[in-house]
Amino acid sequence: MRFLFKTNYEDDIRLFPHSGYVYSYGLLLAVLLIAPYVLSSYLMSQLVFVCIYATVGVGLLILTGFTGQASLGHAAFLAIGAYTAAYLQQFNVPFPIYFLAAGLLTGVVGALVGFPALRLQGIYLVIATISFAFIVEEILARWESVTHGNEGMRVKAIQLFGTTMSRDGPTFYYLCLAVLVLTIVGTLNLLRSPTGRAFVAIRDSETAARSMGINVALYKVKSFAISAAITGFAGVLFAHKLSFISPEMFTLQLSIEFIIVILIGGTFSLHGAVLGAIFLVMIDPFLTYLKDDMPGVIAGIAATLGAGTERAGHIQDAVAAFASANGLKGAIYGVIIVVFVLFEPLGLYGRWLKIKLFFQLFPLYKRATFKRQKIYVKSERNR
Amino acid sequence: MLDFVQQLVSGIALGCVYGLIALGFVLVYKATEVVNFAQGDLMMLGGFFAFTFIGMLGLNYWVGFAGAVICMALFGMLAERVVVRPILGYPQFSIIMATIGLGYFLRSISGMIWGTDDFKIETPFSQGVLRIGSLVLAYDKLSVIAATIILCALLYLFFNRTTLGTAMRASSENMLAAYYMGIPVKRVVSIVWAISAAVATCAGVLLAPITFIHSNVGLVLGLKAFPAAVLGGFGSIPGAVVGGVLIGVIESMAGFYLPQGWKDVAPYIVLLAVLLLKPEGLFGLHVRKKV
Repeated sequence: MRFLFKTNYEDDIRLFPHSGYVYSYGLLLAVLLIAPYVLSSYLMSQLVFVCIYATVGVGLLILTGFTGQASLGHAAFLAIGAYTAAYLQQFNVPFPIYFLAAGLLTGVVGALVGFPALRLQGIYLVIATISFAFIVEEILARWESVTHGNEGMRVKAIQLFGTTMSRDGPTFYYLCLAVLVLTIVGTLNLLRSPTGRAFVAIRDSETAARSMGINVALYKVKSFAISAAITGFAGVLFAHKLSFISPEMFTLQLSIEFIIVILIGGTFSLHGAVLGAIFLVMIDPFLTYLKDDMPGVIAGIAATLGAGTERAGHIQDAVAAFASANGLKGAIYGVIIVVFVLFEPLGLYGRWLKIKLFFQLFPLYKRATFKRQKIYVKSERNR
Repeated sequence: MLDFVQQLVSGIALGCVYGLIALGFVLVYKATEVVNFAQGDLMMLGGFFAFTFIGMLGLNYWVGFAGAVICMALFGMLAERVVVRPILGYPQFSIIMATIGLGYFLRSISGMIWGTDDFKIETPFSQGVLRIGSLVLAYDKLSVIAATIILCALLYLFFNRTTLGTAMRASSENMLAAYYMGIPVKRVVSIVWAISAAVATCAGVLLAPITFIHSNVGLVLGLKAFPAAVLGGFGSIPGAVVGGVLIGVIESMAGFYLPQGWKDVAPYIVLLAVLLLKPEGLFGLHVRKKV
């Protein structure tokens, strides 16, 4: 194992704590860069979705994970980004301009949502963001001169430098990857700046942050704006990937999916957003596998364990019926959320840290290292 | 004028359903400071239980109703034991997420068990109307209003007049102190969940003749009940019902007098306005922390 001796402040806030990180992330980036030439087109499409979800996840992490402001309205920000792109595209606005415009507009809307949110805490903030999302959804459905209402809007492929970027091609994937990497690096830099430290201070204790001289209101609004802007950028990519957007895509369900991304990944580190996005996007292929191959596999196992062919066939039918049941995906989502909240509150990245620590301290590992502190509930009404 | 009264009454009836669901939020919040996002889905599940007993097994309406309430009370305890108790005392966000997960699960499972069709329960009230002059009031709507008033009164008395109710209020103020004073906090919490699931079931069964039961009804109505609970001030039983009625009336009026589209948004606009102007709600306590 490697010990890091920090002798000055710069050591503490470096992007890469030691050279090992540079090599491993470099390797990961190299693998991602050659991925389009190796993977099937279906997996590439999934990888693009991973990039988009991870970008939104990073945006949500800034707000929920680092500033401590829960939001169930990020689907609305995604929608605003996507619709801005689709609307501006009709007037032949070049891609870089409407990309930036979408981010800017979403950021402004985010700041506007942030102002009312200043007075709200905990559950009230969650409810307020939900209602914001509902109102946006309804506006998208009703403002037909701009959004074409429930008919939805077509989104053309990106035109950049005179070439057309197909939504399934490797160039589009590189664009999404670039946006993700830039967002992550930008967020890392933000988090080591005074602004980022103020965010974390507000999350840990608003009162303490205020008494340290942090302008809590300003930083909360900033956090909302930055988070929304990142989600808006992701929204543009989302619109291009789907090539068709309509209001019913941006529902509460989608907001919950974004929360699931950071919940499963882990809300205390940017790794969490990426891991959570991979996990969430891979549920679909997993379900397909469950439907197509799993019944055969289980029947095969049953047959080798001594069940007759007839019983194996019955088992296969039963498993197939279960796997193709309507709503299995929702049930799996529900179970995953509950299981992660109950048993793995630090998420997948937390699990990785635990495994790493176990091997680093091998004979001396203490099980309580990551134990959560239980606080007894005192009424928040008196706060 | 007649239209107005007609809209008012149907708004009140709808609002009472919101109020009943909001009552479930408030009960759980009052006792544990937890907001149960699965409340609407508990209501839906209660409706399906009642449908199974009455529609499929052919039991008497009242027997089926009671059976559904008892089953759901037990289910509420089970849900509390499995999902909520392990994380009681952790940040609110974890508990919100856990109950959202529970809601997802219930919705999908009931879709898998009962299918995705609409179901209808035959009730003694579903036939017949009350005529006052030229005003026509359906009995099923009146039954909802009456049941809400009765339930609200019972719960109010329960919280303010019984030992168990006092214990619940105490454990909501400060769990540790309540525990030291000899209140069995865990049992109190599980009873609260049982009561709140039972109230949700009442809402589900009463609702069955008005909007049919299907697996998504809980999500739709549960989210409408949030404005109701916030409007009345989270944590106030009369507030929940008054808030529910107000939301119901607003929705019904907006549907009648405003252009299409306002009906669904109006409750949320009101909610945002209330959160901005008076976050503690109409009946909420406004207590400042003394340092």
